[in-house]
This record gives sequence, structure tokens and C-alpha cells, in this order.
Amino acid sequence: MTLPTLIKTALALLAAALALAAQAAVSPGPGPAPDFTLRALDGRNLRLHEQRGQVVLVNFWATWCGPCKQEMPHLNRLYEKYRSSGFMLLGVNVDEDARNATSTAAKLGVTFPVLLDAEKRVSRLYDLTTMPSTVIIDRDGRVRHLHRGYREGYEQTYDQQVRELLKS
Amino acid sequence: MNKARVLPTALLACSAALSGCSSFSLPKMPEPWVKPYERERLADPIMKGSADPLSARHREHVLVVREGARGANSAQGGGCGCN
Amino acid sequence: MAATEIRIASRLPGLLRRAAGLLGSLLAVGGAKAIELPENRAEALYHVYKGGGVTADGPALLVRKSLADKVSLSGSYYVDAVSNASIDVVTTASPFKEKRTSYDLGVDFAHRDSLMSMSVYRSKEPDYTSDAFSLDLSHEFFGNMTTIALGYTRGLDKVFKKNEVSFNDYAKHWQYRLGLTQVLTPSMLASANLEVVSDDGYLGNPYRAARVFGATVPERNPRTRTSRALKFRVIGDLGNRNAARAEYRYFWDTWAIKAHTLEAGYSRYVGSDWLADGFTRFYKQSDALFYSDNATSETTYISRNRQLSAFRSFGIGGKLSYTAKRVPGQYEMKIVGSIERIRFDYKNFTDIRTGQAYMFNANLLQLYVTATY
Repeated sequence: MTLPTLIKTALALLAAALALAAQAAVSPGPGPAPDFTLRALDGRNLRLHEQRGQVVLVNFWATWCGPCKQEMPHLNRLYEKYRSSGFMLLGVNVDEDARNATSTAAKLGVTFPVLLDAEKRVSRLYDLTTMPSTVIIDRDGRVRHLHRGYREGYEQTYDQQVRELLKS
Repeated sequence: MNKARVLPTALLACSAALSGCSSFSLPKMPEPWVKPYERERLADPIMKGSADPLSARHREHVLVVREGARGANSAQGGGCGCN
Repeated sequence: MAATEIRIASRLPGLLRRAAGLLGSLLAVGGAKAIELPENRAEALYHVYKGGGVTADGPALLVRKSLADKVSLSGSYYVDAVSNASIDVVTTASPFKEKRTSYDLGVDFAHRDSLMSMSVYRSKEPDYTSDAFSLDLSHEFFGNMTTIALGYTRGLDKVFKKNEVSFNDYAKHWQYRLGLTQVLTPSMLASANLEVVSDDGYLGNPYRAARVFGATVPERNPRTRTSRALKFRVIGDLGNRNAARAEYRYFWDTWAIKAHTLEAGYSRYVGSDWLADGFTRFYKQSDALFYSDNATSETTYISRNRQLSAFRSFGIGGKLSYTAKRVPGQYEMKIVGSIERIRFDYKNFTDIRTGQAYMFNANLLQLYVTATY
């Protein structure tokens, strides 16, 4: 095979693999967001269903994930802005060692609850396809928005979506 | 038609058809088995394929001017796979 | 030009067009995710090489910054101050000093799961300039477990000779790269890289001589060369903050050189701020078809370039890195020192000063500061 044909075949195989690999995580729908109970950094247990009546943003993050850490200060600001209006922000950390989560959360000045999912139980339950992943849940416990990854500017979309859900 | 030329075009045609056809049932294609939240070890800098850029450049230069062999030294992939 | 070279060179415009077309269809198929741009970085290095009568040292700088999370710009500057009293120089001329400076500028774009990089490079020394343009494309798929990378570099060198103004020649280069990396387990990945390099033009050294029947004659190199290198690499996390890597490269070219390279490395975190790394490298090559230490027949091409002789080299080195400052999500600064010792053992290149097969030891030293922000 000549080199140009070799490269062309590689690209074609690539396209084929892409077509087959499309997958869906927990996506917006009529059903309730899967319930879970996790221990927070301060020791108490937090259950998702107990937050019903509030708008909840669940952010899955890790200390080894660059975009996750970039996103943190923006999430903190969002939490401080809307917490008194019936908004709850839960950070679910997937680090193997909880001590890393504690020190990084402290260094980033995080004020919202950070839950520990070291066994990846909740990550599997939500079938995450990216790190970070952000799920926005309405007052009735339904998943309304799912954001994969983080790029500069996503925090403005979160703000808009949370504000809309708080109004309803 | 030359067989070697048909193969890439055929693959491309198949992939274009598949991307639009969700009800098409295929032979079992494995799901990615390392999930995005399981990449903690892979995201560590010691799992990078290459050293820091200037350090790698110096070493490669020193070797390439003294040896007959060259190439295949670039690295790609791995890491946290974030975003 | 040999048949292979003509085929690669003339197919180039068509190849680029076809690659662009396939790329377009790839981007259409991809999902809503996006690949990460390379992280921002500032690096300052002081490098030293000392061996076989040659000392080369100098500074190097690199800066990389992303803009609006869409584009990453990078630039680097590299200086090599060479003091050359190598065996070739000492036995045929007199030691000299010269400086080589190189610059490069690059741009990276991230689009969905693909990263496209373009860069330009220029290297300048008193009697040799080298300009190159590179295009690289990498794409992550299959849940970001597989990465495919394509690369292309086109280079043009201008060759001159000190004290001989009439000497003016060129060397053109084409490099094609294909790489595939696969995550095998949460703690192991493997990759394969192929690179084809084609050269055309003056591929020798105007100061170097060959030896035929004991007499010194100017060397005569072919004006074309095509080489292929295939490298396999495996990296694994051994648990407890340790990792090991191994790689093997096989090289073969149209000058009949065959080379094997085997490298292994081990990294280990010590405490919260230190990282230690040990590595070793074994290299073996066979000589070029027209290479001869002292030719006993007249051939079209003849060279006594020890770079093309049959030789082995064995290297061993260590690196120590200290994290001076760490602010998660913001920046991290490391101070790194690295030393390596390489022994070159020539099989069919004689040290004419001693009459024995030539061998020498080389030492490399690197001291640098690197910050990601």
C-alpha cells in the first residue's frame, strides 16, 4: 500500500469508529434524576432526593482534571449568588484519595458541599461520558440540562439555566 | 478498480451510512472500557509519553546528529481525556 | 530520483486534498465534546553536551499561552554554542567554535475532538540554515481511549562552506508521521508511531573526507534518501505513585542502514514535592551501503561519516524534579535537573590517532525551570 492510501485508510477507519462510538449518558427526560446518598467532606450524609423543592446543580469533578479546577471558582460564585433563592450545588468528587479532594477544595475556597464518590458508584449510575460533567435538576427532581466538559463561558449558560428554573 | 483503493472509500461509505442509521444492528462493538472518571492514573504527568518539551528537544537533537536513525519520536494521546 | 521518492513527492498535493476532505467528514460525525488545548507553559533550560571533543551548551526558552480557550500559541528559542574538537575536526582541520540559533512559532486549534497544530521553524548557523513548516492533526475517539495523529513536515536547508563562496547547495526534506495511542487499562497505555522521512539534495558535510586506499578524498553521498522508523511504546502505572515505560524503535532506510533502539524508564514520586526518574537507552545500527572506514575499491558513493558506520551506544541517566510552587487550577512551577552518560562504541570507524576502533563517552546535563499556568 502506498503511503497516501495508508493515510486515507487510517482516516476512514477513524470515521467508522467515531460513528459507532456515539453514546448517551443520563440525559434530560421526564423521569427523576437517579437518587444517591454520599458522604460530604464535613462528614454528614447528603441525599439527592432530600433536595427536592430546590434547583440542584450536580457537578462531577476530580483534582486531576484541569478543566474541573478551572470551573470551580465559577461554580462557587454561582452558589453564593443563588443559594438563598432555593438553589443547591453539589460537587461530586471522584478522586481515589479523599485527602486530595479536601486540600484542593480548601485551596480553591469552595463553599458548596463536596461529596465523595471514590468507588465511582454515582458516576456509574449517571453514566458519565466526560470529566467534568454538570447536571442541572429542577425543583421536581427531573434532569433538565446536561453539560459535558467545561470551556470558558459555560458558567454563563449555567447561570441562565439556573435562573430560569428558579423562576418556575 | 484497484482493491487497495476501494477499501478506504468503502469504509467511509459505511461510516457515513451508520452515522445516520440508529436502528442498524451491528456485530457487537465493544464499549469504551475505561470510563472518563477512571482516568486518575492516566492523568498523572508520570504517565505522559514524553518529557518536558525543551528537555526532549535537546536530547533528540544530541542523538539525531550522531546517529543514522531518525524519527518516530513524537507522542500523542493518553492523559485525562477531559472535555 | 528513485521511484519511491517521485511517488511521494508528486502525490503530495492530492494527499493533502484527500486528507482535508476526510477530515471534514470526520468533524461532521463527531459528538458535542471538545478536546483540551495543550496547557499554558513557560520553560527556561540550560543544556550542556560534552563528549568526543565536542562541547555544546546554551540556553533555550519556550512560552505557550492559550487565547479564549480556542487557540494556543507557542514560541521557542534555542541556542547551541558549539566548541568542536571532535575526532573528524582534529584529524583533518583545527578546532573551531560556532553558534547555532533556532526559533519556532506554533499555533494549535481545538475543534470538537481534534487538535490541529501548525508551526514554522528556522535554524541558523554560519554555514547552514534550515527552515521547516509542520502540520499536525490529532483526534481522540472511542470514549477518548484512542488517539490517532497525523503529521507532516516540509523542510528546506541551505548548505554553505566557510572560505569557499562558490559552494552553495540545498537539501529538501519531507516527513510523514502516523501515530496511534490506545488506553488499555486505567493504568496502562500503548502506542505505535510510524515516520517516513525523505531527503533530496546535498546530504553530506562539505568539510568531511572519506578514505580510499588510505588516501583522503572528498566524500560522495547519494542525493536522495528515504527512511522509515516504527516505534512501539508502553507505559504503565505500577501503583503507589510509580510508573515504568519501555519503547522499541526499528529503523530502516534506502542507504541500507538498519537500527534498533530500546529505551526503558522508571519514575517515582518521593514525598509530595519530588519526582525521581531513571532511564536507560540501548542503540545499535548497521552501516550504510557506501560507508567504509578505508575503502579498497572505487564506488560511486563513498563516505567515512561515523554517523553512518556500524556502531552501538549505551546510555544511562537520571532526572530529579522539585515542585517549588503549586496552586491547583492556577499554576505549578518545577525545578528540574537531569544528567545522562552515553558511551559510543564504533565497530568500523578507526581512531587514526591510535589505530583502534573509535569509542568515546558523552555527558549530557540539563537544568531547567518549567511552569504550567
